[in-house]
Amino acid sequence: MPTQHLPPAALPQLPKAPTGIDGLDEITEGGLPLGRPTLICGSAGCGKTLMGIEFLVRGIQNYNEPGVLMAFEETGPELAANVASLGFDLNSLQERKMLRLDHVHVDRSEIEETGEYDLDGLFIRLGYAIDSIGAKRVVLDTIEALFSGFPNQSVLRSEIRRLFRWLKDKGVTTVITAERGEGTLTRQGLEEYVSDCVILLDNRVIDQITTRRLRIVKYRGSTHGTNEYPYLITEDGISVLPVTSLQLNHEVSDLIDSSGVPALDEMFGRRGFFHGSSVLITGTAGTAKTTLGAAFVHKICSDGKRCLMFVFEESPQQLIRNMRSVGIDLAQWVEKGLLRIEASRPTLNGLERHLVTIHKLVKEFDPHAVVIDPITNLISVGNLAEVRSMLTRLIDYLKVNNITALFTALVNTGVGRSEMTEEGVSSLVDTWISVRDLEGIGERNRGLSILKSRGMAHSNQVREFIVTEHGIELLDVVIGPTGIVTGASRLTQQLQEHAQELAARQEAERRDRELARRRRVLEANIANLRTEFESVEEELRQITTHEQNRQQELLSGKQRIAAANPLLQNPPPANPSGK
Amino acid sequence: MEPFIDPPELPVPAEPEYVLHLFITGATPNSTRAVRNIKDICEQYLKGRYELTIVDIYQQPELAQQEDLIGVPTLIKLRPGLVRRLVGDLSDHERVLKALGLTRTTDDL
Repeated sequence: MPTQHLPPAALPQLPKAPTGIDGLDEITEGGLPLGRPTLICGSAGCGKTLMGIEFLVRGIQNYNEPGVLMAFEETGPELAANVASLGFDLNSLQERKMLRLDHVHVDRSEIEETGEYDLDGLFIRLGYAIDSIGAKRVVLDTIEALFSGFPNQSVLRSEIRRLFRWLKDKGVTTVITAERGEGTLTRQGLEEYVSDCVILLDNRVIDQITTRRLRIVKYRGSTHGTNEYPYLITEDGISVLPVTSLQLNHEVSDLIDSSGVPALDEMFGRRGFFHGSSVLITGTAGTAKTTLGAAFVHKICSDGKRCLMFVFEESPQQLIRNMRSVGIDLAQWVEKGLLRIEASRPTLNGLERHLVTIHKLVKEFDPHAVVIDPITNLISVGNLAEVRSMLTRLIDYLKVNNITALFTALVNTGVGRSEMTEEGVSSLVDTWISVRDLEGIGERNRGLSILKSRGMAHSNQVREFIVTEHGIELLDVVIGPTGIVTGASRLTQQLQEHAQELAARQEAERRDRELARRRRVLEANIANLRTEFESVEEELRQITTHEQNRQQELLSGKQRIAAANPLLQNPPPANPSGK
Repeated sequence: MEPFIDPPELPVPAEPEYVLHLFITGATPNSTRAVRNIKDICEQYLKGRYELTIVDIYQQPELAQQEDLIGVPTLIKLRPGLVRRLVGDLSDHERVLKALGLTRTTDDL
């Protein structure tokens, strides 16, 4: 149920009967005027009857208000069969006395006017149907069918006026459907004046894509949304998607979601994106936008959180295979039920239906983050303004639900940034990462930079990144003589630096070796000298020893002589063998 | 229901030739006129050959849906021939007669 954003007004509000139709109560600020007639007009195939029936069925199911359906064109069984696919079981509602179907058969050929008459028969039928089940809601499906059966226009017009008056007096909320006329809202130009509220349905084909739109033309005694609102007929009935009823007052989170690329996180002041923010990755073809998206998905799922991915270019299998080649295994998350990949061709549906699909899946899956790859493909199903308005609503919706959203967008080569991202989405997103080709001398390299990131500091560098088997790697910044260099230049630069470093190292090594050699030479010299010294020393020592021995012997000789010759008690004045 | 069966012509066949139902809403001018008109016509052209039933749908509102009534008064000719519905106070005698198939052959064509 859409919540009602009615201000706590001091002034009394016009009492309203909520329709229970998705979004319509928001536009009408509460529903249709209670106890008064409302006209739903439109051309064929707009869903007038469906809206009428949904009004009745929702009234019964959600508000316990019985209803009467008076059909002038289709019979009861036909109507029941037509709406059975929407899950409306008219037969069971009739059995439960909550609904009464009355098919009014009008056939000109069977009717002969023979004088004055009034439509009391219709009044009595309707009155009886209302009273028999205590109906609060009445739908008259295409009352103008009466005009084909009764030629007397003036009687009919006055009688229809009387009918509206009578319904008002009865206090039932009435919905009348009518075919659209030429230049007027209805063929007879009558119903719109006697109704208190007029809803115009429109079915437009632009560029072979049909979009249904709804507008409140008048609403007596109440304010209402005045725009044209796209609406859809889905398997759950009618869904109106108001653009402007969304307000900019959603809760914000202070939590951070990692981008899945550690080096990229480093570029953000808070190491990632704020949770619940929206991130846009723009880039030319082949700049690894999808890979960046997949890395983010991988990270979210690794943290055990759910992630929803919409892909408009690849099938899930293809995406999983391709991502496996760069070391991102998404299949495991799909198996664990953490990741859901919804692939569809953008042309499969109109924009509104895409939006509804996304809404529905988000509601169903309750993901932590949503990835859409790429949003630019949607332009093939709508013009720029429509895509923009759809994305505005989508981003708002995700923000209000506090879901981190990551979009990729393809931009044209050469131009750099496309008009769409420039004007349309970029002002809505909180973080904008640009990936692009850095085309140098005969090669392309990928560069990544952060164009904006609301609420946190971020690096201003253009970082080259490469896609490896282990995912995305951001390379360190290499600064050459003319600024940051990438690719082969970076390699050259790195090689040169490497060579220089090598040369310097070799030089140092050479000096070390020289020194060592010197040392060895010196040490060898020292050893030589020491040996020489030792031999000299040895020689000297020997000489000394010899001398001592000789002296000793001489002395002992003399003593022996002296002992043998007493005459020679006194030593001879000179040694005959003296030296 | 208030069956208005012509009393003097009792020895008619069990199945009258004309079976007519007139639905009216109480005593509104249109209704009273219609009753008067149909009675006149029947007496004048169908004496003894008809069965006329007049129903006040205020009394039996459920009949309004059963008989698929829209305009009132409505005269439904059930027999003979095709079922015809005549809406209005039946003051246009010529049309009534035509619809009832009572126009003289000389008037036809």
